[in-house]
Amino acid sequence: MPWSKMDTQRKEVSQFKTRLWLALLLILLVFAGLITRLVYLQVVQHERYVTESNDNRQQLQAIAPTRGLIYDTNGNLLAGNRASHSLALVPEMLVGGRRGIDAALAELAQVVAIDADDIKRFKRRLNQPRRPFSPVALRFQLDAEEIAKITVNQHRLPGVRVVPELVRYYPMDDGFVHALGYVGRINDRELAKLDATNYSATHHVGKLGVERYYEAELHGTVGRQTVETNARGRVLQVLDRLEPMPGQNITLFLDAQLQQKAVQLLAGKRGAIVAIDPNTGGILAMASAPSYGANQFVTGISSANYKALRESADLPLFNRALRGRYPPASTIKPVIAIAGIDSGIIARNFSIWDPGYYQLTEGGRLYRDWKKGGHGRVNIHKSIVESVDTFYYAISHIMGNEPMANYLARFGLGQVTIADQPEATQAVLPTKQWKRINRNASWFPGDSLNMGIGQGFLSATPTQLATMAMVLANKGQWHQVRMIKAIDGKAVNKVSDIGRKDPAQPANLVLKRSSDWNKVHAAMVDVMHGKKGTARGSGANSSYKMAGKTGTAQVLGIKQDGTYDAAIIAERFRDHGLYIGWAPAKNPVIAIAVIIENGGGGSSAAAPLARKMFDARMLAGPNKDSKGGVNDG
Amino acid sequence: MADFQRLAPEAIKHFRQGPGFWVKLKLDPWLLILVIAIMAFGLVVLYSGSGASEAAVNKQLARYAVAFLGMVVITQINLRRVQRWMPLLYIGGVLLLLAVFLFGVEAKGAQRWLAIPGLPRFQPSEIMKLVVPLTLAWYLASRPRPPHLVHVLAALVLLAVPVVMIAKQPDLGTALLIGSSGVFVIFFAGLLWRYVIAAMVLGAAALPLLWIGMRDYQKQRVLTFLDPESDPLGSGWNIIQSKIAIGSGGINGKGWLQGTQSHLDFLPETHTDFIFAVLAEEFGLIGVCLLLGLYFLVLVRGLIICAYAAHPFDRMLAASLTLTFFVYVVVNIGMVSGLLPVVGVPLPLVSYGGTSAVTLMASLGLLMSIHARRPQRI
Repeated sequence: MPWSKMDTQRKEVSQFKTRLWLALLLILLVFAGLITRLVYLQVVQHERYVTESNDNRQQLQAIAPTRGLIYDTNGNLLAGNRASHSLALVPEMLVGGRRGIDAALAELAQVVAIDADDIKRFKRRLNQPRRPFSPVALRFQLDAEEIAKITVNQHRLPGVRVVPELVRYYPMDDGFVHALGYVGRINDRELAKLDATNYSATHHVGKLGVERYYEAELHGTVGRQTVETNARGRVLQVLDRLEPMPGQNITLFLDAQLQQKAVQLLAGKRGAIVAIDPNTGGILAMASAPSYGANQFVTGISSANYKALRESADLPLFNRALRGRYPPASTIKPVIAIAGIDSGIIARNFSIWDPGYYQLTEGGRLYRDWKKGGHGRVNIHKSIVESVDTFYYAISHIMGNEPMANYLARFGLGQVTIADQPEATQAVLPTKQWKRINRNASWFPGDSLNMGIGQGFLSATPTQLATMAMVLANKGQWHQVRMIKAIDGKAVNKVSDIGRKDPAQPANLVLKRSSDWNKVHAAMVDVMHGKKGTARGSGANSSYKMAGKTGTAQVLGIKQDGTYDAAIIAERFRDHGLYIGWAPAKNPVIAIAVIIENGGGGSSAAAPLARKMFDARMLAGPNKDSKGGVNDG
Repeated sequence: MADFQRLAPEAIKHFRQGPGFWVKLKLDPWLLILVIAIMAFGLVVLYSGSGASEAAVNKQLARYAVAFLGMVVITQINLRRVQRWMPLLYIGGVLLLLAVFLFGVEAKGAQRWLAIPGLPRFQPSEIMKLVVPLTLAWYLASRPRPPHLVHVLAALVLLAVPVVMIAKQPDLGTALLIGSSGVFVIFFAGLLWRYVIAAMVLGAAALPLLWIGMRDYQKQRVLTFLDPESDPLGSGWNIIQSKIAIGSGGINGKGWLQGTQSHLDFLPETHTDFIFAVLAEEFGLIGVCLLLGLYFLVLVRGLIICAYAAHPFDRMLAASLTLTFFVYVVVNIGMVSGLLPVVGVPLPLVSYGGTSAVTLMASLGLLMSIHARRPQRI
């Protein structure tokens, strides 16, 4: 080997080794860099990443409490909970995240039926504030076949969940909704008002009626659990758990059998029946017809169905029992009579000669009686039994507005006395002051005449009339009118027992001569059982005595609308038939108000229904609980 | 050879003993011990990363056995004697890459595999990890050194052909590894510093061109690397979760099989490219340092073998193989810890998978072969 070549080789080797040292230096530097990076991640930023790692795997989940149940007075379930499966999407877990929603919906539509309505509502829910990775409901009440289809296709539907939940269920749905109300999905407005923590797992809230009034008691207290989940949100284990407190169970005075009877009696009619136990003030039945099914509202009624309900001329959504303002007509005559004699304005033996009409002034306008030619000599007893208008024209003319308004108020008119039905309205008990404010006019004698026969400005709801019947039956003794009988087995005599505000309630009415009650009662018994009683047809053939008063209200001022056909208009101008009463006549167990819109006279349209309700209450099976004691089964 | 002794003084003792037991076997005990240690640690992590799957561990063990066998076979070959076959190997390799391009099997959007009846499915690009440095070392060893510019350019062409073909499959990770292995050969051939500096400047200038040539998903990876939080549930997910896994491991780690990030599926690819994150989560900084230490020793041993190598071909090849191993480690750990964009490079001798294990062991076999045939002096 020539030396020169040796020399080059030597040079090359030494240069190579220099480069090896450089390589070693590079390796050291880069490894130092890597270690620095790892020290930064694992030591400097350790706390932060531990938190992120825990946030990844641990989720705090709220657990919805089970909603309290509602029972009738005999322990029959009126509102329960049932398992329902809803279809929900977790937007974060879809292919492509939130941007993949439309694709996921299209894919899903091939598996189960989803209509445009569902999608519209889903998108609305999607835009509401929510926790990440929480499912957003798309469809409710999946049937077994749909659940199976989704499960089978789960692999190609990432982020799609079948969520089981307990939802409200009304086993005896038809005709109960106006008494119970219903729950529905929480909307934005309610969301803003509800306690965000306690409702964090709850999807439904009481919207109407008892469900709404007792929301706080029925809802219960939310529970919570910390769960460990994997990246797909599947819960692997529960780390800790605080059980939810279920809502309290409520027992109502409502008697399911009696309620069903009322619903059945109202079938095909427009009207209302309200029955109260005079011993307790408890509502035994509260029916308004036509009605609708509440179950469809729990999981979300379709727009088409809702539109049909809302636009029906028969107003099925309208709660006539609580909100229907009807002229009470002759049903208030016993109260007007009491007002006359107890105020001392009218003598107890006061009588008139009835020519069939009444005139405020000689040659003035004729206020006609319902009977052409009149009833002849009429005293208080006869005026009630035969419902003589002329008699009441006369005494209301003498009395004027004030005594009538005062006494009617003592029976609950013009105010809300039912404690636990938030929709109840006070209707109108007109006073001079009321007319001044609302009509900007003075009170005229003619107004008194109309008021004396329960027409004119005076209006009352069926619930108020039933209350009036109760106070009459009780000889002035009041009880808080209410739906609730007990909560979690504990009797509730007033809603203030459970910390609620009692509605203002008139004091018990003590007459100056208590025998006056008997006088009126005797007349009302003769309405049912007397030879000339207006409701004698309904009182006949009974094993017990009953007391009542019919009424026939003239229908005025229905707005004419081009779309109604003549037959309907004619029907809508027929009189409303009304009835109030109680049974049995002594120691009553039921007081009632019946109103049939455009049903014609009270004797023919309303009284027969009341009789059937009396029979149902009095003669039904042995499982009766007329004293209203707590049935804790 | 006084220089040699001065540079590697510990070798004197070795020389006195004459060709020892290991030299006769053509194996290097240091590399063997280190490799077995890494593999053992790797299998422990793999068991956890695969979701406590004994089957995965057994399968990987079987692959390691095959890889060991391959390594031992390779150590028995005297490379300098088979040098002349390198062009043929190279041409064969490029033809196989062409075959992949034409008839390759597609998987996960990339055409990397070749299914020849009668043979197990394989990736020709893996073979090229060995063939490319071998060919370049052969080419430059038989040319004057430091290499003339024209030879460097020729070597670059030889390098570019397979690299571009592989990058187009697309397999950026393998292209990167092969490309760097070729660059190392040229560098250790004694490329003049002025060329080295010029190449660096040119390379920096060519980066925008590289960007234009990239596919959308590759661009996305780079963008995600720059700002993973821009798409935390999409392409940024992997890197975010991997950083959480590493960071939450802390110094001591969460314990074997206790990693929540990996076992609850937050971490992707836990047994393949992201297995380092599993290790970091469960064994903490201590485990990380242990693995990096083992890798460092492998690299040092590789450099020592380079230092002992007498023939230019051996030197270039050994240095290239050692530094390519280094690139493996750095790219994988850099990617998993968020320092580098996500590129499909496995963690050497730890990640699940047969082909990379076989080629890595083969390259270690080449190193051992070189070392066994170093000049012996008594």
